[in-house]
Amino acid sequence: MTTHDLVILGSGPAGMAAAAAAVAHGITAVVVDEQPAPGGQIYRSIETTPIKERRILGNDYWCGEELVDGLDDPRIDYRPGTTLWQLTRQLEVGLLQGDQASMVRARHVILAHGAMERPFPVPGWTLPGVMTAGSGQIMLKSGGLVPSAPVVLAGCGPLLLLLAVQYLRAGVPIAALLDTSSPGQYRDALPLMPGALRNIRTLLKGVGLLAELRRAGVKHVRHVTALEAEGENRLERVRWRCGNDPEWHSLTTPLLLLHQGVVPNTQVTRALDCTHDWDERQLSWRPRTDTWLATDVEGVSVAGDAGGIVGAKASAFQGRLAGLGAAIALGRVNEDQIRAEVKRLRRELKRETAIRPFLDTLYQPAAQWRLPEDNTVVCRCEEVTAGEVRNMAKQGCRGPNQTKSFTRCGMGPCQGRMCGLTVSELLADANGQSVSETGYYRLRPPFKPITLGQLATAAEDISR
Amino acid sequence: MSARIVIVGAGLHGCSAAVHLSAQGHRVTVIDKDYAGRHASGVNAGGVRRLGRHPAEIPLAMAAWERWQRMAEVVGDDCGFRPVGQIMVAENSADLETLAERERQVRSLGFNHEYLITRDELRKRVPALSPHSPGGLACDGDGYANPYRTVTAWRRLAQRQGASFFEGVTVTDLEACGSGWKVQAGTHRFTADILINCAGAWAGTFCQWLGEPVPLAAEAPMLMITERMKPFLGPVIGATSRLLSFKQFENGTVMIGGGIRGEVDPHRQVAETSLGGLAENADTVLSLFPFMNEARIVRTWAGMEAVMPDQIPVLGSSSTSENVIHAFGFSAHGFQLSPITGEIVADLAMGREPSYPIEPFSITRFNGNHSSI
Repeated sequence: MTTHDLVILGSGPAGMAAAAAAVAHGITAVVVDEQPAPGGQIYRSIETTPIKERRILGNDYWCGEELVDGLDDPRIDYRPGTTLWQLTRQLEVGLLQGDQASMVRARHVILAHGAMERPFPVPGWTLPGVMTAGSGQIMLKSGGLVPSAPVVLAGCGPLLLLLAVQYLRAGVPIAALLDTSSPGQYRDALPLMPGALRNIRTLLKGVGLLAELRRAGVKHVRHVTALEAEGENRLERVRWRCGNDPEWHSLTTPLLLLHQGVVPNTQVTRALDCTHDWDERQLSWRPRTDTWLATDVEGVSVAGDAGGIVGAKASAFQGRLAGLGAAIALGRVNEDQIRAEVKRLRRELKRETAIRPFLDTLYQPAAQWRLPEDNTVVCRCEEVTAGEVRNMAKQGCRGPNQTKSFTRCGMGPCQGRMCGLTVSELLADANGQSVSETGYYRLRPPFKPITLGQLATAAEDISR
Repeated sequence: MSARIVIVGAGLHGCSAAVHLSAQGHRVTVIDKDYAGRHASGVNAGGVRRLGRHPAEIPLAMAAWERWQRMAEVVGDDCGFRPVGQIMVAENSADLETLAERERQVRSLGFNHEYLITRDELRKRVPALSPHSPGGLACDGDGYANPYRTVTAWRRLAQRQGASFFEGVTVTDLEACGSGWKVQAGTHRFTADILINCAGAWAGTFCQWLGEPVPLAAEAPMLMITERMKPFLGPVIGATSRLLSFKQFENGTVMIGGGIRGEVDPHRQVAETSLGGLAENADTVLSLFPFMNEARIVRTWAGMEAVMPDQIPVLGSSSTSENVIHAFGFSAHGFQLSPITGEIVADLAMGREPSYPIEPFSITRFNGNHSSI
């Protein structure tokens, strides 16, 4: 098995910054990314996007160019189109490139694989024609693909607003933007505004997006309290209610894009059995890390949104810190030599993340969006409903590993990515215990499905 | 008179014992350091198998099988039992001879549940199997069930009958007290007239405390499961001279196991999979079902299990202490036996002669071999 000094998972802002920081201290870094091109989700397809008119995707997209150029360093072994399917506590790394599975060993690993969209289980969310806003944006960035019929966007969070504006600029008709935030959230977020002012740039950007939507006359429905997707074999209509008003409204549309924020993708850190904490404000798990972004598994750090949502700019600062931390751990530099740089990075990180309490509070999805009604499907792979999860709680299932063993809920091809948070929160609620006590799925390799044939090939690397 | 009974370990055997003892009106307390079915009991392959059992286990397995056929009546849930049959396939003529010998042995013991099938018959029952297999040994009525559902059914029935469960509670000390026991578990303290050791991979500690150490090894049998595939397999398939258990569930997913071991992380007390072992497992599958080369594995896992050097459990009374009963060390094939072990433990606890021969499972068989592996 080949041994590498440093393996970085993900070539988004955190991964690219980590690689740049590490190679500056003479480390050769392997950067692995599932996608065919660098940039992560935020700077996806930045080198190849057919959307050349810079106004459409905006400045915050194009500022990724510098980081992406940095990957073009001979000391960085950048491997696009490569999936991580296994990572052990002994830092054995299982990779899948095309059909070829292999195993390598790392001295240090930086996990910078980012966030995923929070599950948004509403009635009918499994119908064809219902997608996430994130996937809508992927198609826009990578293929310039935009819906032709009027689209309905529903939910909350900065990405939803950003996509609405990007669609607007690209000439996509928006039938409605259904906002699921409750009025109380503005009130709760307001006291946190002074902290947010330390990152005035982001704050102004958000205000600007809202203004742009208003000027364009987009139908912006606020305080949506119930939402359903309907149709025979695919989406035909979206129905909603507002506030306490019992009246249902409805729109005919072939495309509904759902979004209620992003959460750390903890599949890999869970499989490593890193210690995780429940973040009450972000309503998600995050692996516990120290000031160098190191987890409690030796040799493994987490940078960027994979360790708690911080946004693209802060992810890059964390990536640099984690890269420097790796250089220290590998004995290429000592802390004293980089004291000034580290101090500056930590200061910038702090300033950049000062807006999080405000944003996290403003866009926190309300309970009804996280704890769906009984007949809503929660686990899409195994078709387990919220009611079944509640019923298992009645039978004594205290945590999601018990419900998983019981019904295979969370055991399908997505390995619980689409239902994990919902199931933990449903069980916590039904059992009257905290989410921390309830816990999360135990995860096991492969992180992404691998064929029996590939498994057999990979094993040959171990004996080699 | 009702006795106070403390069962350590809320796995299949502990829960089954709790059912049979609480049914007779005893005050049963079950303690588990994690939760019911957390380790081997909840995550095993779910094989309901008499085929290929150690001769000493056959009478118990036959009795258990009778219970499996009416599980809904026994525990209020059929536990997902599907009597699809099990077949051990031969991969070559030497294997076939081994199977023939096995058939003779089972007959000589007075049983006829296992019987040879020809190449053609095998092809008829398992069309997907590679044609090189010259025959097999079949056992109709065997099959599989859902292990976690099973342990949950036992636990819930015990609870309905009044047994108390303390989960997330680790026994820290035992103290003899008259003819019974004081069981310390952190801040909890329990008094037992009779103590039952169903602690699985952790059972050795109690034997140590009781002055009758056993050569128990905590091992980590592994399993993997595929995405849903088109139905291609009815019975559960095993191999003769290699470790394999291969079955397709009704939902189309295929489970691959057979007892190849992963690793136990002694510090975190959990079982981890090992890639080398999984690949060995994959290799066996691919030689019997070549089309599985393209089958996608979505998950692998392992569970902590107590394994004895002679591959049969310890089931019987303590040899050193009054009012202690052991039921552990099922060596990765205890699932099917769980309905009957509870009955046997209950008999022992009540001073009755069990209805099945359990001498081969006596803890005394390790006298003179006290080293823990």
